[in-house]
Amino acid sequence: MIRFILQRLALLPLLMVIYSFVIFAIMQAPPGDFLTAYVATLASSGSSISADQIQALRHDYGLDQPFIVQYGLWMKSLLQGNMGLSLEYQRPNVDLIGEQLGLTIALALFSFVLTWAIAVPAGIYSATHPRSIVDHALTVINYVGVATPNFMLALILMWVAFAYFDVSITGLYSPEFVDAPWSIARVLDLLAHIWLPAIVLGIAGTARLSRIMRANLLDELNKPYVVTARAKGMKEWRLVLRYPVRLAFNPLVSTIGWYLPALFSGSLIVATVMNLPNIGPLLLRALINQDMYLAGGILLIYSFLTILGTLLSDVLLALIDPRIRVEN
Amino acid sequence: MSQSAAAPLLSVRNLRVSFALDDGVVRAVDGTSFDVMPGQVLGIVGESGCGKSVTMKAILQLIDRPGRITHGEILFRREGSEVIDLARLPPRGPALREIRGGEIALIPQEPMASFSPVHTVGDQIVEAILLHAHRWHADGRRISRREAREITIGLFRDVGISMPEQRIDAYSWQLSGGLRQRAMIAMALSCRPRLLIADEPTTAIDVTTQAQVLALLHDLKDRYNTAIIFITHDLGVIAQMASYVVVMYLGRVMEQGPVDDIFHAPRHPYTQALLRSMPGLHGRTRVPLPVITGALPHPFNRPLGCPFHPRCPDVMAQCSAATPSLEPVGVEQLASCFLHSDKVDAS
Amino acid sequence: MSAQVDTTGAAAEDRVAVASNWRLVWWRFRRHHLAMASAVFLIVLYIVVLLPDFFATQDPERTDARQAFIPVQMIHLFDDGALAPWVPAIVGKRNPVTLRMEWQIDPSRKVRIHFFAPGPKWRVLGLFETNLHLIAPADPKQRIFLLGSDRLGRDQWSRIMHGTQTSMTVGLVAVALSVILGIVLGGISGYVGGKTDQVIQRLIELLQSVPTIPIWLALSAALPRDWTPIQVFFAITVILSLVGWTTLGREVRGRFLALREEDFVLAARLAGCSRARIILRHMMPTFLSHIIATSSLAIPVMIINETSLSFLGLGIRPPAISLGVLLQEAQNIQTLALAPWLLIPGLVVIVSVLAFNLVGDGLRDAADPYSQ
Repeated sequence: MIRFILQRLALLPLLMVIYSFVIFAIMQAPPGDFLTAYVATLASSGSSISADQIQALRHDYGLDQPFIVQYGLWMKSLLQGNMGLSLEYQRPNVDLIGEQLGLTIALALFSFVLTWAIAVPAGIYSATHPRSIVDHALTVINYVGVATPNFMLALILMWVAFAYFDVSITGLYSPEFVDAPWSIARVLDLLAHIWLPAIVLGIAGTARLSRIMRANLLDELNKPYVVTARAKGMKEWRLVLRYPVRLAFNPLVSTIGWYLPALFSGSLIVATVMNLPNIGPLLLRALINQDMYLAGGILLIYSFLTILGTLLSDVLLALIDPRIRVEN
Repeated sequence: MSQSAAAPLLSVRNLRVSFALDDGVVRAVDGTSFDVMPGQVLGIVGESGCGKSVTMKAILQLIDRPGRITHGEILFRREGSEVIDLARLPPRGPALREIRGGEIALIPQEPMASFSPVHTVGDQIVEAILLHAHRWHADGRRISRREAREITIGLFRDVGISMPEQRIDAYSWQLSGGLRQRAMIAMALSCRPRLLIADEPTTAIDVTTQAQVLALLHDLKDRYNTAIIFITHDLGVIAQMASYVVVMYLGRVMEQGPVDDIFHAPRHPYTQALLRSMPGLHGRTRVPLPVITGALPHPFNRPLGCPFHPRCPDVMAQCSAATPSLEPVGVEQLASCFLHSDKVDAS
Repeated sequence: MSAQVDTTGAAAEDRVAVASNWRLVWWRFRRHHLAMASAVFLIVLYIVVLLPDFFATQDPERTDARQAFIPVQMIHLFDDGALAPWVPAIVGKRNPVTLRMEWQIDPSRKVRIHFFAPGPKWRVLGLFETNLHLIAPADPKQRIFLLGSDRLGRDQWSRIMHGTQTSMTVGLVAVALSVILGIVLGGISGYVGGKTDQVIQRLIELLQSVPTIPIWLALSAALPRDWTPIQVFFAITVILSLVGWTTLGREVRGRFLALREEDFVLAARLAGCSRARIILRHMMPTFLSHIIATSSLAIPVMIINETSLSFLGLGIRPPAISLGVLLQEAQNIQTLALAPWLLIPGLVVIVSVLAFNLVGDGLRDAADPYSQ
């Protein structure tokens, strides 16, 4: 078991190197560079900059170097831990990202917990009461939940809140806490705000997960071991929780592998629409301005979180399923 | 003693079970009656789909939706010789849970899938013992988990599982088919039931292991004086195991009687056809084995009257008009056929 | 009586016994009423995709700043009990405080409309010209806004027709590409096995552990700004399908691996069938229906992805119109409070995704006729 985890961990650096290379290639792909975009922005605002100055800046940033040298420079800055300098903000990328990363992860994890807390009981109820009114209602909610893009739901909620209740539901803090230092009151304020974006982010996943749970559990409920357990004289609800639910959990745990990463990258859209502190909007801006080291750094963090999510699900699955544990 | 020997342990009276499917109603069991005496091995034979397993599940009310017991009684004589009708008990109530596993145990058809793959077999057997924890001590003290584990190891030894201390912590998929079935028997026997329902316990395992399992069941029956209902489509197994035989076709009892009478003096055309289609050791070789003509009808299209009449070689005019009732044709032998009695089953 | 029952029952059984796989799928699919209704809806939707101009009432690009944010003009079919379709007229009044035009429905004034009537000229599939439209105002100079107008005074109804064309086509083409990639690579992986299989498997794993949305964004940001809408459209489609094929690839591989061991494949091989024939005639038909069901469930995912990308400004770009592009107009909450009908394109997305999912689920259930 430990060997299995170590093997997976050993693969991680290799994967990160592959990703960093691919990401850098994508970052380099657009024609022009940060300075071309910068000049265009300046021009649109009426000011200009001389060609000599641009050339000097280009040399300073190393943008005139060949691809592989630039990649090397970036790797060096990554290994040093500062992830290079943001061309736009003129600050170390690690600071820019660090400011937002904590809340990005907090939002995704909060949404994850919320998803499971809703999807699992709903799925169990639906499977044990098939074709009941509640089951039908949940099915309808699930279909609509899956069909509604995150940003649509965010827009609708924001519009309803603004137009009918005259409140703004953007951001993660009340105005007085935005720049306040961390305190218990600030954490409570965060908790009071985070659940709405968390629901928006998790609604499609909740719908999918509860449908997976329902389908799995319906399958498991027809297995002979359920009859065996019933024939032992077990109480029905205890039996359902102990055997079929336990088995229906395995495929659900394997969804963590794609669901957690989906939450991380999905928070990008929700955060952009709802104006949340998150690395998503930062990435969007960096991409548009061709601030390539910042964008590259954020993409690398997304990749890292994705691999971590997959790893987590594999380890959890091995822990709860003896069939996998023994084989490994 | 003599009185209790004469009174049946279990008495199924005119049992009907139907499944309300989208396309119609399937009457899986259609008026079945038989008795099980204490310590007796009752064999139930019939083609697949004849309602054997459904009848057995109905006894413990284990029929899944949309199946339902629509009619009949399942009278069970409890330990204090009080008789209750299992068909009237709420399927999820405490009274029935007490009987399930405690007084009537089930050996299911598929040992492969009948254990949960993510719990150890020992864990599942210990659980069965703990569910009936108060049955073990005369003073009503509940049995502890440690004691239950000891009992399980003892059971494993009884059913012939070697290295029981290790095997108890194995998962079912780590055991061979034979061991799995032995573990299943150990679980069924864990609470010393007075009636054991064995639903084709040897179908899924190879012939050698099959013989061992049969011998084991025989031995255990003698040791604990457990009554066994033995379901199979294998006439050879019936001849070896049972003392009394019930022959079923399409959810109805065609004939029943002591094993010797059924095998040597079958009175119902269906039993006769069934026996003819069995290869004998001393029969002539190189001649085609006689088969029962026609095919089992589709469940939605039950023939009216006697269910066997479309395939019966001795069919008469009245066979398609009315259903014959089960009437005595020998000392302990009964058959439902108009060849032997004109009585009509009115219900 | 009993004989009669027997024969009809037997006839039904025979009917099932000789029916082809596709017929069984169709019988089972037909029983899902919701899926059938959704299928009909999707057919209508794709007629819109083929002929958006027929449904549009105006040129989707026609702007008029004086006619910004006109509210929805509901169609009324009857006038005084007689069939005479009309929409209520709109009257504008400038708000003296905000200096903004505020529009009011004036039901007393009726703007007559006709069905299947002449309007602006358009080309049918680029082949021949016509001026027939589903709905047209009786007075050709009158503009009608069935679903309101946006901040530039463009007619949202007509824009939605064209946006639907783009978004639904992206979804369909992206899935088609994914299916081709998935079947070819998954098939090779499963049938050839060995080193090839290993390489393709690692590739799939690599692609599946990519953070999809950020990478999509980065790839679309990498598209040259000066590309034409058509080029951007195809690039977005390719980008969407690059990751989409992996799931299907895995599935196809799994099926091939399982089927390779089946007796009927061995029998075909012993009978001297060529490799291509074994794959195409013996193996593919066994899981084709399954692939179709899976793909139909992939289309809505693609539609949502395209809409999200375009909404963020990194997908289809104006002047091309897609449902996501239309929703960009709804980004500002103040604007939305003023003109909530700008959310209607989102409704179109939700309903069509819902329909695709229902059809897909119905197909998936029907695709395995022997499961019951």
